[in-house]
Amino acid sequence: MKEVVTLANVGKRFGAVQALQGVTISVGKGELFGFIGADGAGKTTLFRILATLLLPDEGRAEVLGLDVVRSYRDIRKRIGYMPGKFSLYPDLSVEENLRFFASVFGTTVEKNYELIRDIYSQLEPFKTRRAGKLSGGMKQKLALSCALVHRPEVLFLDEPTTGVDAVSRKEFWQMLRRLREQGMTILVSTPYMDEAVLCDRIAFMQEGKMLALDTPTGITTLFRKPLFAIRASDTWGLLCVLRASPDAASVYAFGSALHYSDNRPSARADELLAALQADGFTDVSVSVIQPGIEDTFIALMEEKQGSVDE
Amino acid sequence: MHSFRGFLLKEFYHIFRDRRMAAILFGMPLIQLLLFGFAIRNEIQEVNLGIYDQSHDAVTREITDKFASSGYFVMTQELHSRAEIEHAFAEGSIAEAIVFEPGFATRMIREGRANVQVLTDGSNPNISKIITGYTTSVLQDYRNTALRTAEVGVEAVPLMMFNPELKSVNLFVPGLMALILMLVSALMTSISITREKESGTMEVLLVSSLRPVEIIVGKVVPYFLLAFVNVVTVVALASFVFGVPCRGSVTLLMLESLLFIVTALSLGIFISTITSSQQVAMMISLAGLLLPTILLSGFIFPVASMPLPLRMISNLIPAKWYLIIVRGIMLKGTSFGYIWKETLVLALMATVLMAASIKKFKTRL
Repeated sequence: MKEVVTLANVGKRFGAVQALQGVTISVGKGELFGFIGADGAGKTTLFRILATLLLPDEGRAEVLGLDVVRSYRDIRKRIGYMPGKFSLYPDLSVEENLRFFASVFGTTVEKNYELIRDIYSQLEPFKTRRAGKLSGGMKQKLALSCALVHRPEVLFLDEPTTGVDAVSRKEFWQMLRRLREQGMTILVSTPYMDEAVLCDRIAFMQEGKMLALDTPTGITTLFRKPLFAIRASDTWGLLCVLRASPDAASVYAFGSALHYSDNRPSARADELLAALQADGFTDVSVSVIQPGIEDTFIALMEEKQGSVDE
Repeated sequence: MHSFRGFLLKEFYHIFRDRRMAAILFGMPLIQLLLFGFAIRNEIQEVNLGIYDQSHDAVTREITDKFASSGYFVMTQELHSRAEIEHAFAEGSIAEAIVFEPGFATRMIREGRANVQVLTDGSNPNISKIITGYTTSVLQDYRNTALRTAEVGVEAVPLMMFNPELKSVNLFVPGLMALILMLVSALMTSISITREKESGTMEVLLVSSLRPVEIIVGKVVPYFLLAFVNVVTVVALASFVFGVPCRGSVTLLMLESLLFIVTALSLGIFISTITSSQQVAMMISLAGLLLPTILLSGFIFPVASMPLPLRMISNLIPAKWYLIIVRGIMLKGTSFGYIWKETLVLALMATVLMAASIKKFKTRL
């Protein structure tokens, strides 16, 4: 597998803030690679470095085998970049935006229509509408079409689904999967954990550092403690009791249940159930569950926090 | 080339889709010219005149008639005492009072001279000076006709070269051209570039095959054309509506205007390279460019009468040089041989600003 993006120990500082530190990643051709992290984790900075818009302070970054500092002009012609903020012209129509972005890359919509047909066909009924008047989901589809229209070799999508409704988000990811099937290399960042599962590999980012890097299933193996989903009608009371337990590693609400991990590797559901019933939770239910990506992310974050606190 | 054409097309969409912007760009020159041409004038007509005639003889009546028929004065009231004069001034019912001494005609015949006192309202010195000038010329005129046999003496015959009727529209048109071009070129380009920075579209433009020079030129060309349309409009209107002459070569005037437009555009681009917000760009353009263009260029206040520090600053203002050029060509019919120095200054300013902008224009964020 040929490397499309390589980052070696990349760091970036803005004044007193260390935005990125020691990030080392390599992304292969045809991969759908996700960066997961909360706001301020350094995802946007990383994408801007890859899009040659920012210079790294330390380390090396290469895109398509070219150095982002020296060969930025060549890189720019061959990548597609979609910034986090909506960055099309609101006073231009859907079609005019697309034609404009095709023209600045020296190509035409017709030449590469094949590539964007899937996405753009949904927008075509509205092609005379001003881009500023589109819904959030449609704006992102248009932005993706514009980033794709010059047939880039790699796509950088910075939080493309932030602020987009659930249905549009799902559609958007289906499009990314299809692009991947056509051989496109895609780097995407998102704050949503449910989107992480859809990537080939993911990197967890926090405060400019990479916490973990693996496949979505691989990354959950980093979660080693036993994990239980516990339900009771008195969720608040349950939370207080579990938090007070000396064996608790972490307790947090997850949907309608509480996710509880135990410090004892031998912890068992029936023992927990008996203990909680003894505490007066008559309608309690306990089941062992496999940790998900979110569970892993929270555990890794807390681990990090703990090591910082010490 | 293909990508540059697409960029240009997009710029024109921006200008014509934004109704307010289009209105400013095309309406402003018209409104300003009409305002300056019709409403804001330096000439004074219908000066309210009060007469305190202590003599009431044939000569004073003849002089009074001359004032009344001159076209500049309106006889508002006959005054009967010094106190009344003061009252009339305080009330604002007169702008000038003329006092004939008692026994005016008798003294005139016997001694060959008599005294007229001219009082004006000094609260507006500019107007007072002009009124006094009119008054003196009316009296002079009377003297010349009354004493036909020329006395020995020196007589000053003033003639305002190039603008004998002292039409203020002739004075304003060149200044107005500078003002409008500055506004369209510098303000609009700096705003249009910073808007792209603010909206994040600049980020995408940078990550495209467009070179910085192409982005800059693409921003400049539309406003260059618009500004030129404005120059032609103003010159044509000034000539047809107000009869402002263009005594020199129209081609030279247009070429010099194009040079000034380029200078102003370079300024606008330079502003946009040092700030990334529309608001700041607008503030710098308005406070830093328009005010000096109005105040320090010689548009309204003559540069020569400014204190030295301001005179030095005025040299940095492109409009000052452009005004000298335009007044020269339009009113004096000057040829290029007399204005090459000013042209050189403008060309130098444009080159330096453009070079600085291209150098400062960031290819990254």
